[in-house]
Formats: sequence, C-alpha cells, structure tokens
Amino acid sequence: MLGEVLAHLCAKPNTIKYPFEPAVVEAGLRGKIKFVAEKCIGCKICVKDCPADAITITKIGDKRFECVFDLDKCIYCAQCVDSCPKKALSVTNEFELAQLDKHKLRFVFHAPDAPPTPPAPAAQPEPPVAKTA
Amino acid sequence: MSKITIPLGPQHPALKEPASFKITLNGEEIYSMDMRLGYNHRGIEKACEERTYIQGLYLIERICGICSHSHSTAYIQALEELAGLQVPKRGLYIRTLIAELERIHSHLLWLGVAAHEVGFDTLLMYAWRDRELVMDHLAEIGGNRVNYAVNTLGGVRRDLTPAEIAHILKDVDTLEERTKYYAQVATEESTLIARLSKIGYLSKTDAELLGAVGPTARACSVDRDIRRDDPYAAYGDVQFKVCVDDHCDVYGRVLVRVGELMESYSIIRQLLKNLPDGPIAVKAPRRIPAGEAISRYEAPRGEDCHYVKANGTDKPERVKIRAPTLANWRAVRKMIEGNYLADAPIIIAAIDPCFSCTDRAIELVRPAGAATLTWGALRQHGIDWYRKQGLDFADLNKKLATQLGRVK
Amino acid sequence: MALFNIFIFPGILFLVVAGLWFEFVDRRMYARMQHRQGPPWFQPLADFIKLIAKETIIPENANRRLFVSMPVVALTATISAFFYIPLWSTHALYSFQGDSIVVMYLLTLPTLTFFLAGWYSTSLYSTIGAVRSLTQFFAYEIPLFMAVLAPAMLANDWSLAGIATYFTAHPLLALLNVPALGVALVTLLGKLERVPFDIPEAETEVVAGAFTEYTGRHLALFRLAIDIEVIVAGSLLVAMFLPFGLALPAWLGFLVYLLKITFVVAVIAILRSIMARLRIEQMVNFCWKILAPVALAQLLLNLVVKGFLHS
Ligand code: SF4
Ligand code: SF4
Repeated sequence: MLGEVLAHLCAKPNTIKYPFEPAVVEAGLRGKIKFVAEKCIGCKICVKDCPADAITITKIGDKRFECVFDLDKCIYCAQCVDSCPKKALSVTNEFELAQLDKHKLRFVFHAPDAPPTPPAPAAQPEPPVAKTA
Repeated sequence: MSKITIPLGPQHPALKEPASFKITLNGEEIYSMDMRLGYNHRGIEKACEERTYIQGLYLIERICGICSHSHSTAYIQALEELAGLQVPKRGLYIRTLIAELERIHSHLLWLGVAAHEVGFDTLLMYAWRDRELVMDHLAEIGGNRVNYAVNTLGGVRRDLTPAEIAHILKDVDTLEERTKYYAQVATEESTLIARLSKIGYLSKTDAELLGAVGPTARACSVDRDIRRDDPYAAYGDVQFKVCVDDHCDVYGRVLVRVGELMESYSIIRQLLKNLPDGPIAVKAPRRIPAGEAISRYEAPRGEDCHYVKANGTDKPERVKIRAPTLANWRAVRKMIEGNYLADAPIIIAAIDPCFSCTDRAIELVRPAGAATLTWGALRQHGIDWYRKQGLDFADLNKKLATQLGRVK
Repeated sequence: MALFNIFIFPGILFLVVAGLWFEFVDRRMYARMQHRQGPPWFQPLADFIKLIAKETIIPENANRRLFVSMPVVALTATISAFFYIPLWSTHALYSFQGDSIVVMYLLTLPTLTFFLAGWYSTSLYSTIGAVRSLTQFFAYEIPLFMAVLAPAMLANDWSLAGIATYFTAHPLLALLNVPALGVALVTLLGKLERVPFDIPEAETEVVAGAFTEYTGRHLALFRLAIDIEVIVAGSLLVAMFLPFGLALPAWLGFLVYLLKITFVVAVIAILRSIMARLRIEQMVNFCWKILAPVALAQLLLNLVVKGFLHS
C-alpha cells in the first residue's frame, strides 16, 4: 500500500476540476430529448408511454404540433424516442440542465411556422402558489 | 458501566440510507439490537399496478440505485414468461453482460464502502476510481450511469458495436489487474485484516436457518447461486465458479466478493467472445395474457424474487418484490450480538444492505381514536405547522419569484 | 518586542497561519495519495470563516459554561506550549529547567478538554467519544512521555533549549533516538486522533465523538486548536529528535524548520492513508505491548550510553 500511495503522490490526479474543466460524457448518454416538429403526426404514443408524464403534445393548427417537455419531471429514459413511430423525437447528450428558475425547466419546442421566438424560457403563467409550497 | 442504548440511524454517517438500529451496549460490547425498516417506503408495488408494463419497467428499475438492472431483469423475465416471448440470443447476451458489469460496479462500490466503515479511505477512493471504468461502459451501452434502462419487453434496447466490445475487453483487463491488487491488500494489510476478521460471525446452520442469500450466505459456506442453480438469460452458456468461503465472518464476505469480481471478468470475456449475431429484441404486445409468474435472479446482493400477476390488460394486477436485503435482514442481528460497537457499522455494511429495495410495507402506529388524514389534509397540516413556526412557504415562493424577476 | 513575539511572530498569528497552511498540506497530500485533486490552498481558511459565520447551537442539557470554554482552553494550552519550544535556533522564547515536562503537560490539556467537552455535551455519541478519548489517552500518553524524555535523559537537561543546545553540540548522539522518534510519531497520531487512532471521533460509529454537538465558532476554535496542536507537537518532536540546522543563520534555519514540520505532517498523512482504523482495544494493546516496550528499551539504552559518556 505504501508504494502505491507514494506513486500516486506524484501522479496526476484522476479527478477533474469540474465545473472549471468540462466534463466528458459518453456519446451514448441519454440527455435532453429533442423534438422535430415537422415529423410529428400527433399520434401521442410518446405521451401515453412516458413513465413520468413529462411530455405534452398539443395541436396548434392544421398538422402543426407543439411539444412541451417538463425537464424536471423527465427521467431521461428515452422511452418516448423508442415509441415514436415517425422518429420525431431523438436523444441528445446534453446533461447540464439544472436551473435556478423552475419555469425554465419547461421547455417548449415550437411548431415550424410559428413566430421565431427563441426556444429557451417560455413565458408561462405563474403556477398557483399552493402547488409550489 | 451500566447498559446504554444508542441509536444508529435513521440518520447516521455510517448509513447511506435510513434504517434504525437501536444498539444496547454493555460498555463497548453490543448486548442486543433492535432493527427497524420502513423509512424508505415508496409504494412501488402499488404504483406498478397503476402503470402500463412499459411505464412500470422504468419504475421497477428505480427500486434500487445500484442493482437497477437486477430488478428490471427479474421483473421482465416474469413478463416475458407470461407473454410467451422468446428473447433473441444476442439480446440475452447483452442482458447478461450488463448484469455482470453491474455486479462489478456493485462489488467495487461495496468494497469502498466497507473500507470507509473501518476508516480506510484510501481503499475507498481507489475502489471507486476503478469503478468509474465500469460506470463509463454502463453509460455508454445503456445510456445512464445508474438506471441503464437496457431492458425492454422482448429483449434489450441497445446493441453493442465492435469498437465498444474491444474497449470493454481492454478495461476488463485493467480491472482484473486492479482487483488482484485489492485481493493482495485484503490479504496483506494488517490493520484491515485486524478489523475484518472474526467479527460478525454467522455459522452455516444459522445462515441457512435465517435464509441468508448471496455473498453473505456464500461466505458461510452455503453453496448457492441462482446463476448456476436455475440459469436464466445467458448463464447457461458460460462457465464460472461459484465463490464459497468458510470464514463465516466479515473477512470471508470480502473474499467472496473479490472472488466474484474475478469470475465476472471471466464471464464478460466469454460473453463477448461468443456474442451471437442477430436481432436484439422481438416485438412485444402491449397487453399481457392473464397468469402469474415468479422470477428469480442473482443480484449482486443475493437472490431477488419478483412475482407478477397479469389479468390480460396492459397493467399488472399485482407485483410483489422480495429484495435480497430482506432475506439477509434477520441474519444481521445474529451476526452483531456480542461484537463491539466499533464493528457494528461494518457488520451491517457487510451484507451490502439496500434499504430502499427492502422497504415494501410500513406499519402505521397510531394512538387509538386518531383520525386518518387524507393527503390534502396532511399537506394543509404541514403548511399550518410551519406557519405557526413563522415559516410561510407561500411567502417564500413569492419572494423568490420577485427576486428572480428582478435579476432577469 | 515581547508582545510582538507573543502575538505576531513567532507567536499566535504565525501559529494560526502555519496551522491552517499545514492543514492544507496534510489534506492536499492525503488527497493526492488517494488520486484526488484535493482542496485549494485557502480551503482551511475558508472553512474556518464559514464555521465562524454559522449559527452556534448549545445543547439544552449541556453545561453551558464548560461547553463554551473548552475550545478556548484547548487553544490557549497549545499556544502557550509553543513559547517554550526552540524553533530555528537553540533558544526558545521562554525557557527554564523542567519546561520540557511543562510542555508535555500543556499538550495533554487539549485531550482533557475533548473529554470534558464530550462529557458535558451530554449527548450519547459525545459521551462515548469522550470516554474513548480518555481510554486512548491513557494508552498513548505513557509511551509518548517515555519517548520524549529519552533525549532529555541523554542530554541530562530538562529544558528544551538546553536539550537543543546539547544535541547541536553532539549531533551524532541525536541519531540514537530514532526508535523514540518512531514511537513519538505513532503516538502523535493518537494524540491528534488521526487514522488509525481516530477511534474517539470515528465518523461511522460515533458521528464526530466529543465534537458531535459542537457547531459554529466553538467548533471552529476546536478545529483551529487541533491544527495548531499539529504544529506545536510537531515542533516539539523536531526540537527533541531532529535538532539539526539550529546554528544556521535565522532565515535558513527558518526554512529548515519549515521543512522539518513538513516532514512530520507528511509522515502523518502517509500513515493515515495506508491504514484502517483500529478498534479501541486493539489500539490499547498495540500501545502497551509494542510502543511502551520500545520506548522503555530506548530509555534503558540512553541510560547506558549516558553512563559511558559521563564516566
Ligand atoms: S425521456 Fe422518458 S421521461 Fe423523458 S419525456 Fe421521454 S419517455 Fe418521458
Ligand atoms: S409519438 Fe412521435 S409522432 Fe407521435 S405525437 Fe409523439 S412525437 Fe409526435
């Protein structure tokens, strides 16, 4: 044991200085889910299969569907990706999703020809106070 | 010194999960112990009845934060039997591969925890560093470090590429070398041996009588392993040795687990060498025909049993889980009595307990005549109670919202 | 000048800075040996400031006055011991015949305060930790005393400055004390409650032992006292067993002194990284069956050698 610890004393540490150095994640990691509105047909199989009720698909016009992800509910299992018959959903390996403001955890993918608003914080009505207590 | 009773838990640095051990001491010696579970009850069995099979699968996987694949495989094997699904060979091999990777990760984790319980933090750091190799592979193959979600009805969800196989084989070699080193530390480091041997003694008879399973039983020379006795997945196709030890103490449990690590490496090599080609899954129906099935699985901690009753819909009628820790639970009291307080944490840790796996039922102790609270009333009671203490969460939320608004 | 010496250099301020710095050295080395990054250099200071700013809670049943005063007593005792130890010359700030004994006694005070602090916290973990502290104290104190007195015996002088002077004059004789140095280093682990002798505060058994109920600035003072104890006890061992380079010019002597302390801290860090915690009865057995005979043999050896030298 002594030799081992002395050898490590001079070696480069095995840990990294996250968050000052970027963490390398595996290519196969299941992170945030991506939605391509053009491909969606609104069958809602993903909604039915999602174990966490994290995904909502709303019809906002003729063949136009909007998708809302609750990043705080999602368990990143990617079952929705497997279930989607049209491959409208896909996994990315984006994993740094923590937010101070919980409203930012509602992530909206807008339908194609909706006004080009930035995808990030969607204006959401204040949730009722009792719900957050 | 008169007898004193000290609580170990529900919150205690030695426990990674809540459980309560009330230890009555005679000086430093343990006179008796009272154990309580139930702090981690999540109602998973009931919740499964409310979810479809597909949704339930992800819930089952979250029974345990370490042997997640064990539970999901045990569950899914029962379902596949009911539905009469024939999982393709390649699917079974990948399932077994993940199972063995999980065993390695679990045993290395345990080695670290055990070392920490006896104050040997350097071994903890080394074991956990090496465990990262396995975690990386699990994340790469499965998609997550802990809840790999590899299983799906009728097979597995992800396939292996040749590059991944080569990479795994390389890391298995590294791990094997490291494990040899740990085996050497375990047999040579005098302070470690002094702390581990001759404590937590459990005789073979007691182990059988109290129904101990897994490494805990095998360290008491009970030669029992579901992988060999009732082969599932691809275990019928691989050669391996069941590690048995006759020390009957904590030291023996270390040796068994280190031995199992070495066996796992060999199993992984065999699996990857003989990996058959073909599909990894078959299409599964959403509804499962009525019937009952029981499935047994050798989790890293011992035998895991799942019982499923289907009624022909897409939701199970009843799910029952018997986690390995529950089987080992009663043996803990037997092991611990007569030892020193200093050994209590390591003896408890030696069965590699997982309390959240085990907590299946709670008992409500209520004074007679007390009313039953509904969920809403309980919540209101909580809010009122805090308000009386001068804490108003509604206020806090508003404050937080305005503050964040200002920042924006 | 005396006030400057006591409060600034090489007094309290220097001790605090050195204590925090060597806590960093210890933690960093420990981390590196475990293949980790370890904390940045200001971490001990940051911890100290954080603790000071935290709320302090005093248990209802605790003896309030004792509870609050114990950290201060521990701190004062260790700091006072420091003034009698020659650091980088053969002179100490204060010195008299028999001060080696006084320093040893001052250094036992922190352990007693741990006991009293734990005992009067009245919580179960604290009580057990306190009793363990005391049990362990009786096991290591005798070998430690014998080991430290061996050089004094050889030098035929009971003041630390006198011992340092003697060994500077006869440097080769200092090598005779190597077994005692070994014993002293090991018992030091017991005194500082480090692995493998961290039994009184074994986290996985008794939470934090005697300190379980301590919070905020009281805990901060206790931790500072322990940090300073490392320096003071290290200086004592260095003065007794490694009296080299004391005749050098002050700045070089100071560097040599720092190096020597680093050596002691490094030995402690290495020892605690390669061992598991012992059980209390194993620890007592080890102290009585191995350390005490070695220390005793050293005393006899020194007596014989002294007889030769003076005949
Ligand atoms: S990843 Fe899983 S939890 Fe998240 S939206 Fe898809 S199905 Fe639901
Ligand atoms: S399953 Fe695919 S196509 Fe169907 S609603 Fe969901 S995203 Fe759209």
